[in-house]
Amino acid sequence: MSELLTLSLIFSAIRLATPLIFAALGGMFSERSGIINIALEGLMLAGAFTAAVATYELNNSYLGLLCGMAAGGALALVYAVAVIQFEANQVVAGTAINFLMLGLPQLISGAVYDSSGSTPQIAKEFLLPEFYNRLSIASILAFLLIPLCWYVLYKTPFGLRLRAVGENPAAADAAGINVIKLRYVAVILSGVLAAAGGAYLSIGQSSLFTRGMTAGRGFIALAALILAKWKPVPVLFACLFFGLTEALTIQIQGVFKLPSGEEIPVQFIQIIPYVLTIIVLAGFIGLSRAPKALGIPYSKEK
Amino acid sequence: MKILREIISPLVAVLLAFVVGAIIILLIKDNPFETYSILLANSFGSVKDIGWTLFLATPLIFTGLAVAVAFRCGLFNIGAEGQLYVASFATAWVGIKFGGTVVDIFGKQEDWSWMSLPAILLVPLCILTAAVAGGIWGAIPGILRAKFGSSEVINTIMLNFTGIALVSYFTQYHYKVPGDPILQTAPIGKAAYIPQLKEYFSFIPDDVPLNFAFLIAILMCVLVYIFLWKTKWGYELRAVGQNASAAEYGGISPRKQIIIAMTLSGALAGLVAINEVLGSRHNYYDGFSAELGFLGIAVALLGRNHPLGIVVAALFFAVLQRGEIFVDAFTRYVSKDIATVLQAIAILFVACLQKYSKK
Repeated sequence: MSELLTLSLIFSAIRLATPLIFAALGGMFSERSGIINIALEGLMLAGAFTAAVATYELNNSYLGLLCGMAAGGALALVYAVAVIQFEANQVVAGTAINFLMLGLPQLISGAVYDSSGSTPQIAKEFLLPEFYNRLSIASILAFLLIPLCWYVLYKTPFGLRLRAVGENPAAADAAGINVIKLRYVAVILSGVLAAAGGAYLSIGQSSLFTRGMTAGRGFIALAALILAKWKPVPVLFACLFFGLTEALTIQIQGVFKLPSGEEIPVQFIQIIPYVLTIIVLAGFIGLSRAPKALGIPYSKEK
Repeated sequence: MKILREIISPLVAVLLAFVVGAIIILLIKDNPFETYSILLANSFGSVKDIGWTLFLATPLIFTGLAVAVAFRCGLFNIGAEGQLYVASFATAWVGIKFGGTVVDIFGKQEDWSWMSLPAILLVPLCILTAAVAGGIWGAIPGILRAKFGSSEVINTIMLNFTGIALVSYFTQYHYKVPGDPILQTAPIGKAAYIPQLKEYFSFIPDDVPLNFAFLIAILMCVLVYIFLWKTKWGYELRAVGQNASAAEYGGISPRKQIIIAMTLSGALAGLVAINEVLGSRHNYYDGFSAELGFLGIAVALLGRNHPLGIVVAALFFAVLQRGEIFVDAFTRYVSKDIATVLQAIAILFVACLQKYSKK
């Protein structure tokens, strides 16, 4: 076991945790304001696709990252209009956004690059830089985001209002907070952050966008958020833990041999995050309580 | 008048989706009218087209009904995808173990079965397995919701990944024929096959896999309708969905109804196995579903959670799935992904219009 916990495994875990941290923090802002964000997966895909295209066209990964984040924000705005303005069911609208992103990127790349499978390869020198070939600048940004988000959530008026809106929107409204505006800001912020996580996948970890390349990471981020009880610092640890399980599945290539000689197939390690989330939600390991107003549309007259 | 009000918002949503889709097609410099005519004109023109459309609609009817039954009880079953995977694998397993499957491993014959049941026993056993396996996978989030109050939305999502990973493990390590490059189980025994309609009607071309599962799907629509609107149990289930606390005051246990609804929902999703495993593919194939469970959400929503609406919505989605292949081949820029995009936009619009259709 000790030889498995090598430096390369730790760096691999950090790499794999990075997109999760961005997306989970994004989900945190949305859900803390009372809006469920099943759409993280789709928002990540929007970021991944747009960043890949922009980096390829502009030969600059930072501009690519910004374009990806802008696309995530724009898509999140669509989601926000649906669930805040039209009070669409948040689970349904989120599913629709995820679904849209399984088609739209391919439709565009099929038309522009004549290949609906993937976008063109980006040359290595234009990808997001990595230090010592190991630590991506995106990972450093993700780690810096944790204290920043903690500060925003707990030490600024915006954070205080956000939490108030997520717990009791009517009271927050009575106290003079613009519930609707705040929720718009929170959802768009969640799109921008989730898209940054997606962008790292296409212009950091790999060098192009492929169909459905997030492969469920948006949902893992959602699981991490629940495991972390919607709090920024625990989000870091939950994401690192999930990153570690994924790193293990890659490292062991098939089966994991216990010292006793027994073998554990990779699929049993893959399901750890999901099973853990189910157990935590059931309240077996401390209670994970969602923001009170989560999922309930707010309109003044009620 | 009531019916008109029920169908107006899905119709408007689909229409708006086509309008937005047309704008997207124009933006990628292609012709929306040409694209749409290719997309829609290849579904009912010949016996072959109709057969394929009905075949593609069959699993969507099952998953649409699954989502609708949960929804009528106020629950979101995002887990039809996982339920149908678990059920399909379980069905294939029974089809192998009780169907006398003998596999050929590099020229050596190996009997993988326990016994060879006759079709009259094996087919019902397989169908029962599909319903029970799907039902169990659906009951888990139902029980968790009823006992611990944990969100069935999150739990069904988590169980999707869990279920798909588990059956992939069993397929890869235990039921794949060694040497097979594809991640799929050994074939089920011939006695477990349910007949394809072309065996009875000579006018149906050979390459149309339409089978008895379609008729079972229609039968399930009728049964779900009777259950929900003509029985006491269905009434209780819907009462919880409309107002759980009022139902509880009226002596109905919401917890019990939640478990019943999620179990039934999972069982209906599991019936997809009839079409895929028993009716057409004759084994379990990893990744066969391609979002059938999620499309079920769209089908239920567009069909207003009513069996009749679900048939219409499933047919509409099947038309898009059938047409997308031709779009890929016959348009200049548009790829088959236009079908997915149209479906997603339609769901979004239906969700947005819900607020107005309630009043």
